[in-house]
Amino acid sequence: MLKPQTLDVYVCGVGGQGVMTAADVLAQAAIANGYDCKKSEIAGLSQRGGVVTSQVRIGAHINSPVIGPGCADLLLAFELAEALRAAHQLKSGGIAMVNRIRLPPPVVSLGLYRYPDDSLGQMRAVGVRVYDIDAGAIARELGDLRLVNTVMLGAVAEFLPFPVAELEAQLIERFRTRKPALIDKNRRAFAAGHQAAHASPILAA
Amino acid sequence: MVQTAISGSATGVGHPALAPAGECVLLSGNEAIARGVWESGARLAAAYPGTPSTEILETLSLFPELYAQWSVNEKVALEVAIGASLTGARAFCAMKQVGMNVASDALMTITVPGVAGGLVIAIADDIGLSSSQNEQDSRYWGRFAHVPILEPADSQEALEMAKHAFELSEAHATPVILRCTTRVCHVKARVTLGERVAHDTPGFRRDPARWVVNPINAQRQLPLQGERDRQLALVTETTALNFVTRGSDRRIGIVASGPAYLHVRDAFPEVPVLKLGLSYPVPFGLVARFAAEVDELVVVEETEPLLEQAIRAEGIAARGKDLLPRLGELTPDVLRRALGPLLGEPVAPPLPYPAVTPFPRPPTLCAACPHSGAYYVLARLRKKVFISGDIGCYALGAGPPWNALDTVVAMGASMGIALGLDKARSAADRSKSIIAVIGDSTFLHMGMQGLLDIVYHQGNVTVIILDNRTTAMTGAQDNASSGRGLHKEDAPRVSFPQLVAALGVRPERIRVVDPYQLPVLARTIREETEIPEPSVVIAERPCVLTDFYHATPPYRAVDEDCTGCGNCLNVGCPAIQVSRTGQKALKTGTTTELRFTVIDPVVCTGCGLCVASCGPKAIVAAAAVQADIGAAAQSACATC
Repeated sequence: MLKPQTLDVYVCGVGGQGVMTAADVLAQAAIANGYDCKKSEIAGLSQRGGVVTSQVRIGAHINSPVIGPGCADLLLAFELAEALRAAHQLKSGGIAMVNRIRLPPPVVSLGLYRYPDDSLGQMRAVGVRVYDIDAGAIARELGDLRLVNTVMLGAVAEFLPFPVAELEAQLIERFRTRKPALIDKNRRAFAAGHQAAHASPILAA
Repeated sequence: MVQTAISGSATGVGHPALAPAGECVLLSGNEAIARGVWESGARLAAAYPGTPSTEILETLSLFPELYAQWSVNEKVALEVAIGASLTGARAFCAMKQVGMNVASDALMTITVPGVAGGLVIAIADDIGLSSSQNEQDSRYWGRFAHVPILEPADSQEALEMAKHAFELSEAHATPVILRCTTRVCHVKARVTLGERVAHDTPGFRRDPARWVVNPINAQRQLPLQGERDRQLALVTETTALNFVTRGSDRRIGIVASGPAYLHVRDAFPEVPVLKLGLSYPVPFGLVARFAAEVDELVVVEETEPLLEQAIRAEGIAARGKDLLPRLGELTPDVLRRALGPLLGEPVAPPLPYPAVTPFPRPPTLCAACPHSGAYYVLARLRKKVFISGDIGCYALGAGPPWNALDTVVAMGASMGIALGLDKARSAADRSKSIIAVIGDSTFLHMGMQGLLDIVYHQGNVTVIILDNRTTAMTGAQDNASSGRGLHKEDAPRVSFPQLVAALGVRPERIRVVDPYQLPVLARTIREETEIPEPSVVIAERPCVLTDFYHATPPYRAVDEDCTGCGNCLNVGCPAIQVSRTGQKALKTGTTTELRFTVIDPVVCTGCGLCVASCGPKAIVAAAAVQADIGAAAQSACATC
């Protein structure tokens, strides 16, 4: 039975973090579970360390691929300052799943801009429900930093309109043909992410 | 020559665009267009890469039944497609919006005799300018060239309309433009796939009276263009591509095309909409009947008011750009703000959470990008030179830390603009040298002619060709300087020294350098700018995104030896970050800011540019690679 409500997921991060791939897995899982889905991406010059965002709309029937500011149910943020930049995409009561990594760009290194001290605190101060995930630490513990986006998918899995196992199945399917050796590691990363979301304290205002 | 085996991804194994007919898969608009072209039985496809159109040809390269190639520019790509059409084959060509400016010379004339085999041209408009220098509306070409315009709204329509475009093209012997926007090209959506129908080719039939478009033949054929317009004006009234979505709220009725239609459906689900898939010629009869059913007609189109003006000129009252923005996407939130008041809808409430911009995160050159070496040097020559830039990754040289470009206009324009800066220089600029910076792909696209002009007129210009063996900005597509083709097969590799020598640059003034060798590079550029004649510096190093590039062991900054001068930051490498800051008192009594740096060992691939930039020699080979948090951001993700 499809859930009648549309779920709008705004995914953001920095070029090279796997934002597009994560959004792709969400979209694949949605259509595999009978939902309509549109996944929009503005990559621009993202391969060169710019901001990357993707909008994933999941529902019985999707018209526009654009979510619009103040309308997202879920924010899946791969980087702290990018979470802050995208926070206004959330609707009231929306959830932010944030990887607590800081990636200061060269303009910050050059001293032209300051990196915000407490992105999560700023978001919580205005009432965003923030899940704080240390995906880098989890991935490092599992011995492969490239697992970060799998950890984040595990973290967000609980909030999708289809079972957690369905998202995991889609993720694993990608590896089955391309890199079967990585299946086990990714299963563990997915589970760890899922667990981390459960353990993360939500501090709503 | 580098021999590269075709990798799994290059053969498209498992690519959803290759799935069997009847399957429902997730495809981007670009992938869907490619599938539609293949299903149409097209024999040939040619393109020059350009965001947001690039993936169309990349996907087409996966289908063995058709010949696909990257051409040197869009004009050649269109001409190759025209040649294929002359054989009776179905032919396809793709480009971004500005590509048609280059290709239009061929377009504007082939529309006089028309085409033999179906000829479809996909033009991708970058509405919102995510990766472009302008926001031109390609629908103008329909009116200008007397060709039909199809506007898909999503991936399924993109596939269907690609097929429809070939039918229309052959039925009326005209090229057909498939006009897409970023919000079609780069949106993935569900697509139900169809069967491929092979298209037999009758072969080229000689008919000089038609195909030799000289004045006499053109004069005779020109009236046929008008006749074609009249026929298509009938087609557009009855085609299934133009349809009405009924709605109960008839206070307004909306005419929309492309993705704007989908935005309208979300913003105003109760409002009737006339959706134009074949938006040129405009179905005025259909519009008039629709207008009669609603109180007020509003045209929602991205971006210019083409339909709106045409509809009003026909005597049908319509509103549009008096209410709607003329720039950017007409997304549901934009539409609600602009048109909501017509329906008495309340003003949208403020956002629940405030919009915050922590800092800009502009794209930057990659770690070990050979362009960083060139811009490190150019930034140092800044006061003595004017720098004319071009389109490519190296346009990022306009930003920090280099700030080393004065102009960027169009593909290849660095050459002519440099010559103009030289020839019209005022007394105040007499001491300035003029440099033009251009990449390999852009030089081959449109730069060669400009250099010939510089040589012919003995312009005092130093041209720097940044040869990284790829079309990097659009995702590292091979070109004539790569030594291989679209399918990674071996191909002749252009020799830039021989090419520029053939254009007339004196052999002494052709210098080939390694951009990683900063002192040599700096000396060479300085020498050439001081000699008052055309010169070319060719900086050769492969792009780090290609498999021509091989990473070497990383470097690290020794903290005890780092003086905090921050000069390594001027390389602009994203692997170099500030670890701590400090202040130092100068003899003059003022203080200077100190920035001590670290090098992320996972991001660093050992190019050594920063080593040459470091006065106190504090940057040394890192003993062992240690995983660092930065790796998560900069290395390819595990699921790629």
